[in-house]
Amino acid sequence: MTTRIDARFAELKKQGRSAFITFLMGGDPDPKTSLEIIKALPKAGADIIEIGMPFTDPMADGPAIQAAGLRALKAGMTLKKTLAMVREFRKADDTTPLVLMGYYNPIYIHGVDKFLADAKSAGIDGLIIVDLPPEEDSELCLPAMKAGLNFIRLATPTTDDKRLPAVLANTSGFVYYVSITGITGSASADSAAVGQAVARIKRHTKLPVCVGFGIRTPLAARAIAQNADGTVVGTALVDALRASLDGEGNATAGTVEAVAGVVSSLAQGVRGASQAAE
Amino acid sequence: MNSALPNSFRSGPDERGHFGIFGGRFVAETLMPLILDLEKAYAEAKADPAFQAEMDGYLKHYVGRPSPLYFAERLTEHLGGAKIYFKREELNHTGSHKVNNVLGQIVVARRMGKKRIIAETGAGQHGVATATLCARFGLECLVYMGAVDVERQQANVIRMEMLGAKVIPVQSGSRTLKDAMNEALRDWVTNVHNTFYCIGTVAGPHPYPMMVRDFQSVIGLETRAQMHELEGRLPDSLIACIGGGSNAMGLFHPFLDDPGVEIFGVEAAGHGLTQLHAASIAGGRPGVLHGNRTYLLMDDDGQIQDAHSISAGLDYPGIGPEHSWLHETGRVTYLSATDDEALAAFQLLSRLEGIIPALEPAHAIAKVMELAPKRPRDHLMVVNLSGRGDKDIPQVADILRGRKQ
Repeated sequence: MTTRIDARFAELKKQGRSAFITFLMGGDPDPKTSLEIIKALPKAGADIIEIGMPFTDPMADGPAIQAAGLRALKAGMTLKKTLAMVREFRKADDTTPLVLMGYYNPIYIHGVDKFLADAKSAGIDGLIIVDLPPEEDSELCLPAMKAGLNFIRLATPTTDDKRLPAVLANTSGFVYYVSITGITGSASADSAAVGQAVARIKRHTKLPVCVGFGIRTPLAARAIAQNADGTVVGTALVDALRASLDGEGNATAGTVEAVAGVVSSLAQGVRGASQAAE
Repeated sequence: MNSALPNSFRSGPDERGHFGIFGGRFVAETLMPLILDLEKAYAEAKADPAFQAEMDGYLKHYVGRPSPLYFAERLTEHLGGAKIYFKREELNHTGSHKVNNVLGQIVVARRMGKKRIIAETGAGQHGVATATLCARFGLECLVYMGAVDVERQQANVIRMEMLGAKVIPVQSGSRTLKDAMNEALRDWVTNVHNTFYCIGTVAGPHPYPMMVRDFQSVIGLETRAQMHELEGRLPDSLIACIGGGSNAMGLFHPFLDDPGVEIFGVEAAGHGLTQLHAASIAGGRPGVLHGNRTYLLMDDDGQIQDAHSISAGLDYPGIGPEHSWLHETGRVTYLSATDDEALAAFQLLSRLEGIIPALEPAHAIAKVMELAPKRPRDHLMVVNLSGRGDKDIPQVADILRGRKQ
């Protein structure tokens, strides 16, 4: 089965460039503005879009993304509304891959089978669920594969060669390499170490390997993109969004533009990278 | 609900850390290799007689075990029913049952070569126990504590700092125990190479619920032997308060396969079960948080709700996964006590027995006040007096003073 994610990586490979993947919290700062932002992302240069599902207790996220989730929840965002937003987006864009990223509990409460059916029909292509390691594959990963959704796994600096095969076994779409041991938006990724790690993972899989956590600037994005099939930026976009809000945390006329502008410059950075020969 | 009862209630968890559908290992990949290492290190320690000998030595000479099983004569007379015994965990060094578990984890951490210890704390009792053992073994200690709890448990904050620990007030979320645990997990993900996370209750990813239970089981094992000595038989009922549920699990576990022993856990009903409370079993449903599946307080979207209890140690929207399983199998009966009931019990026990209990076990005492009068005089009831009330005196004094005005 080919998903929009597989198709997008095949296309980028032909173009000889690395993917630029954006992360923003669904419903941040409010559901309506969030939809406008997401609609603007492909034109600004996003090749793949990750949409965060807000959760009260995001244990792998730093303060910026925690706050984004709380803004979204305060504005009334729910899992159902996130899926409704995806359906709206799909009316005008049937090719940009969409990945939902978040934590398991809202999905578990929605009901796994119902969630997979709803996500698939809304136009979701893949899932990244932070608190579901391979040890818990029977919960969501295996049913998601059966439902035709990619289950994108996180590999980290602590995932050694012995453990990698277990992590990669049921991964599809791409592998998300977490470039630091830490939470989102904390330390900066070291591009040399990341290059080695990506090469190590590539010895175990034919899947594209994308890198995220700790990448904030066009220059950093470019350095990472030299050696990776994709570069994920989240906190820097969330920070740009937050900086555009008014004193009460509400969207302003400049919010969509502010995010799109940062996406554009980061996308330029990624596109400027010369891909290492495979 | 009870159609497929297990042969034993004491054989869990399975090799994947499950108690029925509860438990598991719902953590970020970064932590998984370390959690597998810990599982292995703990299994090795458990099989090593030198580990148990080391533990026994510290439990006796440093913690002061065994803790007494004390006949609460005046409370028994006052209530006019069951014969009530207190398992005096409040007499342990550091003032609560928490030290039993911390000692075990610190000895395991030392075996693993970890030099930096982090912990979360609610009331501060786990934080104090962790700070104490880190001082004893010369380890770096960081304690995450919700900013609200830092405010209401000042005495324990000062105590931890005197012991050389760094207390980090957590400002995120509801700024209580749940958020302290989030922040500790974030620290652990960041410093996984040199850090050991000393979890304070029977929750978190496998193997923590099992390991903490094993370390706390000394409470129930001693109770069995002491009751045998005092009364020549098993007790008829056990009662303990439950936040995450480690003092309860420690008392209950050695008795789970004795069908004649009635077992009661007492959750914190806060302002009442229809208002703000911390009773996950009475008012929650199964979900996934902090590494395990268990009963949680949440809304229809799966967002975790803030708990409320007068007692910082019970102010958590979840419960250990083994308790969820014991609830579903019907082996343990889960009750709840409100803030007001706990306060009344706190005062009664202080006046009748000369023991100022912590607000946490005051919840268990509140249910003893309800259950004991309905039991015959030869009924032996054991309540776990899991901590002493020194830390709560300023808070309770404020509340009582406010009521008089």
